This record gives sequence, structure tokens and C-alpha cells, in this order.
Amino acid sequence: MNQIPKFPFFLFLSLAAVLLVTIFFRTDPLILLNPVGKIGIAQKDLMIMATWLMLIVVIPVFVLIFIFAWKYRADNAKAKYDPSWDKNVAVESLWWGLPLIIVIALSIITWQKTHELDPYLPIESEKEAIEIQVIALQWQWLFIYPKENIATLNTLHFPEKTPIHFQITSDAPMNSFWIPQLGGQIYAMPGGKTNLHLIADKTGEFRGRSANLSGVGFAGMTFTAISQTESDFENWVHSVKKSSSPLTLEVYNEVAKPTENGSVATYNLERKDLFERVVMKYMMPE
Amino acid sequence: MFGILTLDAFKHDAIEMIANISMILGFLGALGLLIYLKRVKWFWREWICSLDPKKIGVMYATVALLMLFKGLVDALMLRAQQMFSVDAHQGFLETSHFQQVFSAHGTTMIFFVGMGVVFSLFNLLIPLQIGARDVAFPFLNAISFWLFGAGALLVNVSLIIGNFSAAGWLAYPPLSELQFSPDVGVDYWIWSVQIAGIGSLLAGINFLLTICKMRCPGMTLMKMPLFVWASLGALILIIFAFPILTATLGMLTLDRVFDMHFFTAGSGGNPMMYVNLIWAWGHPEVYILILPAFGTFSEVVATFSQKRLFGYKSMVWAIGAITILSFIVWLHHFFTMGAGASVNAFFGIMTMLIAIPTGVKIFNWLFTQYRGRVLFKTPLLWFFGFAIAFTIGGMTGMLLSIPPVDFQFHNSLFLIAHFHSMILPGVLFGFFSAFSYWFPKFSGFKLNEKLGRCACWCWIVGFLVAFMPLYTLGLMGATRRLNHYESSTGWQPLFIIAGCGIVIIILGATFQILQIVVSVIERKKNLDTTGDPWNGRTLEWATSSPPPIYNFAIVPEVTDIDAFWDQKLAKKKETPVYEDIHIPKNTPIGAYIGGSAFLLGFGIIWHITWLTILSAAAIPFFLIVRLSEKETEYCISAKEVNALEDARRRPTA
Repeated sequence: MNQIPKFPFFLFLSLAAVLLVTIFFRTDPLILLNPVGKIGIAQKDLMIMATWLMLIVVIPVFVLIFIFAWKYRADNAKAKYDPSWDKNVAVESLWWGLPLIIVIALSIITWQKTHELDPYLPIESEKEAIEIQVIALQWQWLFIYPKENIATLNTLHFPEKTPIHFQITSDAPMNSFWIPQLGGQIYAMPGGKTNLHLIADKTGEFRGRSANLSGVGFAGMTFTAISQTESDFENWVHSVKKSSSPLTLEVYNEVAKPTENGSVATYNLERKDLFERVVMKYMMPE
Repeated sequence: MFGILTLDAFKHDAIEMIANISMILGFLGALGLLIYLKRVKWFWREWICSLDPKKIGVMYATVALLMLFKGLVDALMLRAQQMFSVDAHQGFLETSHFQQVFSAHGTTMIFFVGMGVVFSLFNLLIPLQIGARDVAFPFLNAISFWLFGAGALLVNVSLIIGNFSAAGWLAYPPLSELQFSPDVGVDYWIWSVQIAGIGSLLAGINFLLTICKMRCPGMTLMKMPLFVWASLGALILIIFAFPILTATLGMLTLDRVFDMHFFTAGSGGNPMMYVNLIWAWGHPEVYILILPAFGTFSEVVATFSQKRLFGYKSMVWAIGAITILSFIVWLHHFFTMGAGASVNAFFGIMTMLIAIPTGVKIFNWLFTQYRGRVLFKTPLLWFFGFAIAFTIGGMTGMLLSIPPVDFQFHNSLFLIAHFHSMILPGVLFGFFSAFSYWFPKFSGFKLNEKLGRCACWCWIVGFLVAFMPLYTLGLMGATRRLNHYESSTGWQPLFIIAGCGIVIIILGATFQILQIVVSVIERKKNLDTTGDPWNGRTLEWATSSPPPIYNFAIVPEVTDIDAFWDQKLAKKKETPVYEDIHIPKNTPIGAYIGGSAFLLGFGIIWHITWLTILSAAAIPFFLIVRLSEKETEYCISAKEVNALEDARRRPTA
């Protein structure tokens, strides 16, 4: 019974192969590895570089697990047996030291990249950033365009190649605002204001959703992020202005009521201070 | 009379009813069996009232394994829902039920399976490995167990009366506040975790003192077995981390019961304060669960390589480093909160540092096999499964520790895959390894090896099939806790593969049940008469299997790290001289206090004032009764010890 169980090892390896195949030959893209914006691309590159760095340690571990188990199996009488060999300063220093060097390298990269990719940092560009205020509701997304004086529900339009500055809050339990193909997320908190800067390099429709549990309607709390050419975006703004009803406080209070799988709507912004009001609402006594 | 408890609380949908009925039938079945075998009194006297850490350890393990079964069924339900709930199909679970199930899954697995197996191992092994006859405070130990049991019972009662929390396993406010979760679900969560958590804290103090004060002569700190060292690290974490949990839950209770505003949205409350506090407990908690498994593997790898553990001092330093570092990384659970870049980067780098001592441990285990004679028994197979899965999990953990990368992975299924890659191998594989390794010590017979292997391979393969697709799903932008999604996301095939993985895992669990049953039936074939079935190295193998109530007739003296291995090499024989041994008497008061704590929790949850006051008064009452007892110990005279020792040295067959 002391043999290496060969069949399970074979099973194990074949299974790993099957998994790798399913992961690499799918029809749908791994969107985090195919980002369309500067921020998302930088985050992806960081992911991949860190993975390579770690493989320096991980691959030897995997190889050694199998080699040592095989070579020193009990019925291999040829292998050396030295039951009291229990320390060696040189090799132990190696595996304290080598990972330490890798971690130091990663730390330096982390420190730099964390500052470079700080979501609060405006994206450098010749174009002026478009301002969008985001309010997470129960369980819908309201987007306010303060300069354009419009607002949308569960749909987000913006021009391509233009930095976007999101200001985010919540009139609901905490949510997280995430458009995976453009880049990382940030929390939407009641009574708090967070910032996120993203940019899309091309036109297209991207999935956006809440990534933090916020109640019964959480799963349906999605929106479409639509990146358009500049002229298309301007046309869209015009059509919204022409055809939409005003977003007054009364309408807002109606919209803010718990709604699951809400539909798309557009508004003319009546109250310019709506976003600030929602943030301040939680600061005041009841 | 019954607070807010009405008959409505008993109304459930069909799926919940099935769960309720099978749970009640299971309980009645167990009770019926005891009555049929005329073992009720025996069960009460020998188990419920027991202060013997070996028995309390077995009870911890039993509760933990029952809860593991519940947690696995929860997991199966979650994946079954996600496999089919696409587009027009809504799946078979209502949203609120689905959310209760994932909240219950996390709560059950961490607080009642993870903590249960950890305390089971502490109870069973720490006294034996340090050559002690008992723990520092045997009665406190019983209270700890019964508080843990009360918490576990509350989670299960929520299935029958009322409902469980739907706010996730850590119940982030403001979602968990009255405003957004007005029903009793969150209260059930608070009180089951609160009561069990206080039990954990008491047990933590108890075992820390046991290790500090009750080691046998000669066992200096640097001669302790590594399992004891790893436990010491975990225990230090427990006594520093659990008070944070207690206080945080206390504040959430005040918010919910007395309308205060610690964590509410608005009125001066700060929900992010809760998130900080809960993770200041929550991250050390991860290491509380995993360190004992590291200890287990250190014992298992050395024994089955038939060689000394490589790098003992390195291992001890690594445990120390992990213990300290685990307290300064909590913010990595919420980089997305919007803290400044420097704060995020600091916590990211601290997190990476933990990978170094953890990696050192893996290398030391591998080099223990180097120039050894490796025996591929079940306990070691669990180690291989652990080593592979844990390394994958460690690597993805490093990725998550880089804040800009975490912005993309946070709350995605990539994160879920990562922490299951740490906790499932790190806690469960660790415990299963310990279970198959130490089972003969406490039962007197070995487990069936063949079924053990089948179980092990099912778990390892099942783990890979269930969680590797989740990494991919994370890269496809899938978030956790979704009960429904669109087919255009392309997630469904991978969810189906992941669901199959859970089925394979459950097959593995079935093999384990089968293994226990078959082993009990065939026990005569696999009897362990020597007390040392694996050619072990540490003191627990020096006594008989199962050990006598006093563990060691003569307190051992230790001169080196692998104490028992040395004794075997030295082969000296002396005529033993026995002494009188004092053993604490059994008492039901621990169980009474656990019962009162359960009623206290139940009373607060349902706002039943009289029950709350009565049960709150009962706990100090029972303590006073216990403290006024004069004779809490009995004596086994040297003569009796001699007779017992003679009997156990005679061959049993």
C-alpha cells in the first residue's frame, strides 16, 4: 500500500488539462483581460506582470511537490535516507531570501502603481473630462450630467477617448460601481462621496453593475455603459433634452423607491443640486 | 407574551419545509436511537456532563461535521440556482431565500465548521502533546463548548422559526440595519455568532494558559511539537481578535434593539467603521483557522516521511511572523472604500509580506520529505491536495493584494475562488488529514484506508472542478452573490462545471461517512493495540489508544523536540511508580449555561422580555451554584492507576 497512487495522479493531471482547455478555448472573452480603456489596460498589465513574478516561486514548488514525493517514496530503496537531517542554514536562507526579494520588487511596483492608478487621480488628456454624478438607488442607477443638465436611469452614455470623472454616492445600502471593461470599481456609500476616473478608448456597449450586496434587487442592478463618438454623444444629449420629462424632487423620490430590474429612462435635470442633496440627506438629523 | 413571535414565523416555502422536517426527523431519530439502546442516561452522564477535553473535542468535531453537512447542502443549493437561473428562468429559490442561503453558508462554514474543527483539535491534542493530564480550566472548557453549541443551534433554529440573515456572512451595515433588514434574520446572525464568539474567546484564554503553564517537565518552548506552536499563534490571535468581534456585534445590536446610530446610514452613523472593525477581527480569524492546519501538516509530513521536521526554528519564526502580520492587513478587504493611495499601498505591501513566512512553511514541508521515506497514507494525501490548492490560492492572493488589481477583482468570483482556495484546503483538508491521522488515537482503531483515499481524491478533484472555473468567471466580470444573470454574459457553462464540482465534493463527503461506518464495523481488523500505529514522534503516541482519562499515568519528561521518537530510540525500561491522580468530576452546569445562553439569544431576537430577563439571570445563578460546590474533583489512587495500567498493557484481543 505504500506505492504512489498512480491512477489518481493521472486523473489529477488530466483534469488539470481539461480545466485549462475550458479556460482557454471559450467563445466568450475574458473581459478583464480585454479591457478597452487606459485604466483597465494598466490594471491588466499589472495583473500579468505580478503573475509572472510569482511564478518564479510557484513553479519550483509545484515541481518539487511531485519530484520529492516520487523520489523519496518509501519503496525506493535507492534514495538516500537521512532521518536526522533537519536544518541547513544555506537552503533555508534561500527560501526566506528569494521570496523576500520578489516581495520587495512587487512592493515597489505596488507603491508606484497604487499612486499612479489612484481612482481619485484625474486622467491626463487634451480633452476636458466629462462630469457624471452617480447615485446608487434601491436597486437602480441614476446618472446625472450636471453640465449637460440631463439625467439617465440604468443607462450610461459618454463620448469615447474622453476622460470621465464619476462622483459616486448612494441613496441605498452600500453598493459598488463597476464597469469591468473600463477598469476597477469603487464603493457607493450613503452619505459619502467617492471619485472614480475612467476612459474608453473606443466605442461600444459594456456591462456595468453593482458589485456589492445591497438587498433583494441586487442581482438585477445592472446598467449598460455606452461609449459613443463625440458627435453621436452630442446628438444623444440633444434628443434627451428634447424628449424627456423633468427630474424634479418629487420625480426623484418616486424613482428612488425600491424597484427591481428597473427600466431605462432619461430626464431633464430640474434640480442642479440633486446630487449634493442626496449626499447631505444622510448628514442631517432625522 | 411572545414578543414579536407569531405563527407567521413558522410559515415556509416547500424547500425550507423539507429542510425543517429532515432536521427535526434527524434529531428525533438520534434521540430514538439513544432510547432504544437504553443509552440516554449514559449519554447524559458520559458526554453532556463531561469535563474531559478528549470527549469535549469529540463533541466539537461532531457538531462541526454536522454543520459541514449543512454548509455543503447550502453550497449545492447556491450552485444549483446559478446553473439554471438565466434570462427568463428564475431558478428554484426566491431571491430572499437565496440570499439567506449564502449568508448561512458563510456563517456556518467559518464560525461553526472552521472554529469547530479548530477547537476540536485543540481539545484533543494540546493536553496530550504537552504531556498534561487536563486543560487549565476544565469547567470553563465545557462552558466554551456549550456556548459554541448554543450558537450552532440558533443558526439551525432560524430555519424553523423565522428566517436567517440575508445580508451576507459579515452583515455589512447599513444593509444589516433595521432600516433595510427589519426582520429577525440579522438578529439570528448576531446572536448565533455572538454567543459562539464568546465561547471561542473563553476557550482561547483557557488553551493559551494550558500551553503556557501545563507543559510537562523538560518541554521548553523550543521543544514543543509544531502543532502546539501553531496553536499558540492561533490562540494569541483569538484573545486579541475576538473581543473586537464581540464589541462590534454589541454595537450593531444596540443599533437594532435600542435604535442607536453607531453604523446606520445617516444620523451620525458610520457604516465603514463597522467594515473596519469586523475585518480587524476577520483577517486574524483566517489565520486562527489556518494555523492549526499548518501545525497538523507539520506533524503529518514528518511522521509519514519518517524523518525529523525540516527547519523547526524557521517554522516557529514563520508562525510568529504570521501571527503578528495578520493584525496589520485588514484593510485589504476593502481597498475599494476610497482610502488614499498611500494607505492602500501600505496594507497591500503588508499583505504581500505574509506570503514569505507561508512560503517558507511550504518549502520546509517539502524538504522534510527530502531524504525521507515517504509513506503515502491518507493523511499525507490530504497534505498533497492542500499543497497544490493552497499554492494556487496564495498566488491569487498576492494578486488581490495589489490595490489597482484588487479594484478589478473585488467582490468578483475571482475573490471567491481565492478564499476558497485558502480556507477549504487550509482548514478542511487540514482537519481531514488530522482526522485520519489521530482517529486511531481516540477510538483505538484505524480508519479504512481505501475509502479514505476515495474521499480524499473526490475532495481534491471536486475542489478543482468547483473553484477553478470561478477564477475564470471572475475574469469574465462575474460578481458574487448573484441569483440571476443574463445568458449574454457567457457565464452559464462555467457555472454548470462549478456545480458539478460541488457534486464531486459531496461524493467525497459521502465516502467519508461510509469510511467511518465501515471502519466501525470492521474495527476488530484494524485495532491499534500499541498506541502508536504510525510510528509517531510526539507524546500523544506514548500513551494507549484511546488514552486513559488521565492521559499519562506518569507525567513524561522531555529532552528533545520529537519526545516520543527519542524515547523509542533510547528504549529504556523502568519499573513505573504511580501516584494519586485528581480528575475533575463531571457536571451538567456547562450544558445548563449553554442552554441559558441559547434562550437569552432567542429571547432578544424575538423581543420576549421575560425570557430574556430569566435566562440572563440564570447564567450567573448557575455559575454561583458551580462555584459553591465543595468537591469538584475525585481521586484515582495509585493502586487503581496501577490496575488500570496493567489492564491496558495486556493484549486486548
